[in-house]
Formats: sequence, C-alpha cells, structure tokens
Amino acid sequence: MSELRPDLAIITQWIEPGSRVLDLGCGDGTLLKYLQIHRKVSGYGLEIDHDNVVACIRNGVDVIQTDLARGLSDFDPDSFDYVLMTQTLQAVNRPHILLQEMLRVGRQGIVTFPNFGYWRLRLQLALKGRMPMSEALPHMWYDTPNIRLFTLRDFEALCHELGIRILERYVLDHAHRRRAWSDLLPNLLGEIAIYRFERR
Amino acid sequence: MPKPFPADSVGLVTPRKHHFDQPLALDSGRELPEYDLVYETYGELNADRSNAVLICHALSGDAHAAGYHSENDRKPGWWDAAIGPGKPIDTNRFFVVSSNNLGGCSGSTGPSSVNPRTGMRYGPDFPMVTVPDWVRAQARLADVLGIARFAAVIGGSLGGMQALQWAIDFPDRLRHALLIATAPKLSAQNIAFNEVARQAILSDPDFRDGRYMDHGVIPRRGLALARMLGHITYLSDDAMRAKFGRQPRGAEGKLSYSFDVDFEVESYLRYQGQTFVERFDANTYLLMTKALDYFDPAAKHGHDLSKALAHVKAEFLVVSFTSDWRFAPSRSREIVRALLDGDKDVTYAEIDAPHGHDAFLLPIPAYFDVLRAYLERVAEEVGI
Repeated sequence: MSELRPDLAIITQWIEPGSRVLDLGCGDGTLLKYLQIHRKVSGYGLEIDHDNVVACIRNGVDVIQTDLARGLSDFDPDSFDYVLMTQTLQAVNRPHILLQEMLRVGRQGIVTFPNFGYWRLRLQLALKGRMPMSEALPHMWYDTPNIRLFTLRDFEALCHELGIRILERYVLDHAHRRRAWSDLLPNLLGEIAIYRFERR
Repeated sequence: MPKPFPADSVGLVTPRKHHFDQPLALDSGRELPEYDLVYETYGELNADRSNAVLICHALSGDAHAAGYHSENDRKPGWWDAAIGPGKPIDTNRFFVVSSNNLGGCSGSTGPSSVNPRTGMRYGPDFPMVTVPDWVRAQARLADVLGIARFAAVIGGSLGGMQALQWAIDFPDRLRHALLIATAPKLSAQNIAFNEVARQAILSDPDFRDGRYMDHGVIPRRGLALARMLGHITYLSDDAMRAKFGRQPRGAEGKLSYSFDVDFEVESYLRYQGQTFVERFDANTYLLMTKALDYFDPAAKHGHDLSKALAHVKAEFLVVSFTSDWRFAPSRSREIVRALLDGDKDVTYAEIDAPHGHDAFLLPIPAYFDVLRAYLERVAEEVGI
C-alpha cells in the first residue's frame, strides 16, 4: 500500500478519520481499502464492472453493483461525510446532476478529472486540428469512455452556477505527481485536477 | 459398476434426523408438540466451532444439498454445483449444514407424518408454518449441533428470505447472510402465481380435502400443473427460446392437429410435472407457497423494511440475476436499500445471466466468482 497513487494520497489527507465515505466508480476498491485502514472510514463503493466488483469483495470493500446513471436515489440526504469520484466525472452522461447528487447525500465532494485545458491538448487541437490524445486521455474520439471533456475553468464555472463552494484544488501531471510550477497556471499546466467542495 | 464420484464432490452422504421433544410455538398460534428435522452436514466443524455455514433451501428443495446418497444415484444434491471441496462453499474450510424445513416431505415432520396426538397422518391438519417458524426450528438444530454462531447463513429464493429472517431474528447467531435471487416479500403477481398453483392442487378430485394418502391416491394432475406453472416462472423468455424455441416434438416436425404434445416445451413441462409428483407432496406444496406469501418481515414495523433491519448485525451479500423476473433485481435492491438506510455492511452484485430465476442454482462463472470471493473473505475472518 506504500505506492498509493499521489492523487489518492492527497484525497486521503483530506479525509477526517472515522468518517463515512461513498466512492462513486470505486474500481477495484483500492482507495476505499486504503481509507479503511489509514482513516478508519466506513462506507460503500459503487461500481458497474463485474471484475471490479469481485476485486472489491476480495479487498474487503462493501460494493454495490450499479450504474451511476441511475443516480444516487438509494441514498438518503446527508448519509456521508465525503462522496468521492476519481476519474469518472468526465465519463458520466449528466455530470451536473451527479455533482448535485453528491452534495445531496454527502457533506463534501471530492472529484478528480483530466483537464482538457492542458497546454499539450490545446496545442494538438490548434496545430493538428484533430481531437487531442494524451496519457490522461488515451482513447480515440469514437471509442472513449470520456464523453464530457472540460477544463478547470469550465468546472469552476459550473460549481459557481450550482452553488458549490470549492474548498481546495490541486493539479497534477499524468503520473499524478504534483509539479510546483503547474500551480502558476493550473488550467494550462495541470493535466489532472483534484477538487474538494461543499454546498454553499 | 458405479462410477466413482467426482473429485470435487463431498461424495457419499447420509442424512441425519434429530427428534425434538419440546413443543414449538408457531406464528399461527398453534404449536407442534414434537417434531423431527432431517439434515445433512458436509465438511468438519472446527475446534472453536466458528466455521459452520447454514444452507436454506428453496420451495421444492430438501436437506440433500450436496453429494450422493448411494453409488447408484444418477444426480447429486440440489446445490452440488456450489458445495464441495474447492467449490465456492468450500467444504475443506466450512462445516456445511443443510436441513429440510418443517412441513416438508423429505424426512422432516410435515403433512405426511403421523400426528402423535391422533396416531393419524397430519394431512391437511398440519399447522401452517412460516419462515420465522423455520428459523426458530433451525436455531434449535444449531443448539443441538453446538453452533452458537454461523459464519454464514446462505439461501436462494425462498431460502434467501429465510437467511434474511435469520439475520433479523437472531442477530448474534450469524456473521454473514447471503441472499440470492430473493425478495423482501412477494409481489401481487408472485402471490397470484402461487394461488393458481394451489387451486390446481385443491381442485384435483384426487386431493380429497388433503386426505389423499388415506385414500391411497395422489392429486397427480393438480400437483403436476402447479409444478408446470412454477417452471414457467423459473425460466426467462430468452432461456425458453434458447432451450426449446418452437421446436416440434416429432421427428417429422408435423403438427398433430390435436391436443397432444406438438412442441418440445410442452413435452418438457409435462415431464417436469410428472417427475415432481413422484418426489413431492401436495400438502407440502400448499404449505410452502403459503409460507412464501406470508413472508413480510417489514409488516410488523409499519411496513418499513429499514426498521425491520435496524438491529441486524450480520454483513450481507445480496445477489440478483438480470433475467430473473420471478424475483427481479429491483426486489433485491429493495433489501439493499433498506440495509444502506441503516448503514449496514452490504455488498450487492447483479449478475448478467439469461437463465431467469433458475440462475441461482447454476454454476454461472460470474456468479460463482462473487460467491467464492465473498466466502473466502468470510473464511479469513473466522480464521480458517
């Protein structure tokens, strides 16, 4: 567990010990398992993929097999301290609804997503005139799970519109490392964004 | 020469019977003065008695869940696919207990047993039994076997309801409840199917008000019809199409222009009905379907399932199958939702399978992956 991805390590720092956590699109349950051990959290992961569900069970994570497109109607308001969504917001059909749902069932939300404003992507589109690809966005346009591409500015504008207060923001490179200089021009230099936010 | 048993079979098993001489108070207000429970066990109970797993059978099941009763048995027990050395319910690790429910017709006291107070068969006088009654009876069996707490109680369909009832009624006596292809209560449609099945039996002239055994007859037509109807609801439309299509019965494929069997599916249903009559009792079928209809643990709690589950301590695995319309995934999700409401430990898997309700009995790889992974976790937890 020592090689936890840096983005997950940042999230872990944000989580108060003993809190209740919901992880949307929890994958194989790595983050939740880590949080269970190091932050003594309780809660659930939601996951659609069968192999991931089995991996979660092996990881000792309570997982609910479901499609996030169904929403979070199975959960009561304020059931969780944190609702997490790593690298999934860009893959859902209606991100604005899901963001609101996150803050209906949870006190705070934490998301990570690939920044479409990253300079290399801008350059590819400007110079080649084709949909950009990168380590963080490795799929062809016609065969990508990432159907909602947006930038840091887009995200922050949406949060403003939805009455969401941003508490913290980090930008990372594609290997999820923090680079001191990216904070100067995050929307240009950050490949991956991490936000923590709450209802205003 | 009989063939040797497969290496992953529990092999030859012998059912055991325990006689309980203390009366059992029933939900109906009546009581059973004394009764027998037939059960089978597979694997070894460990020294600290922590590795016991209880299997709850479905409507027409019995205690014979795995292995063979004799070398000449054509088929193993009803859930042999899942129970055995190295199988998801691994008898190298777990001590598996499987009992026949009260009111059954496979050795436990039921309508075909003799009422000690009258010296006559119970027949239609056998008291109505409920899922909570069965759980109470099983808890006494656990006492006899020296099992204070099961590592897991596992059941599919009606058996899943029983596992849920276990978690509600004896929160300290199980660590895990595995509920497969089940529901928190029957829908009106479910009850309707059961009612048609019962009417088929009750209206058979050979039913004789339930005293058919005393007259030396069996309500064959009614019981077979009930089973045929049941079978339709156990399969999905797709499964039926895949299995039978409109395949004509005869080799020439000619229609008979009569009410004889024209299609494979008719032949299949008739066969299922006829073989069922040989092994199952009509009064038991009536009782079991009523137990299904009556099951509704939320009823006592203002019809709020979350309240009914407020005090459960077990961790849950809930599994449903996409093509199951008898107990559809949405019914399992009702249970999951109620558990989430109470912040209970629950894992839910929705298995993509075309087989309909019957899927819970089949060795579907995605389903067994889930079962295996979960039970390995249970085994680690109890240190085996």
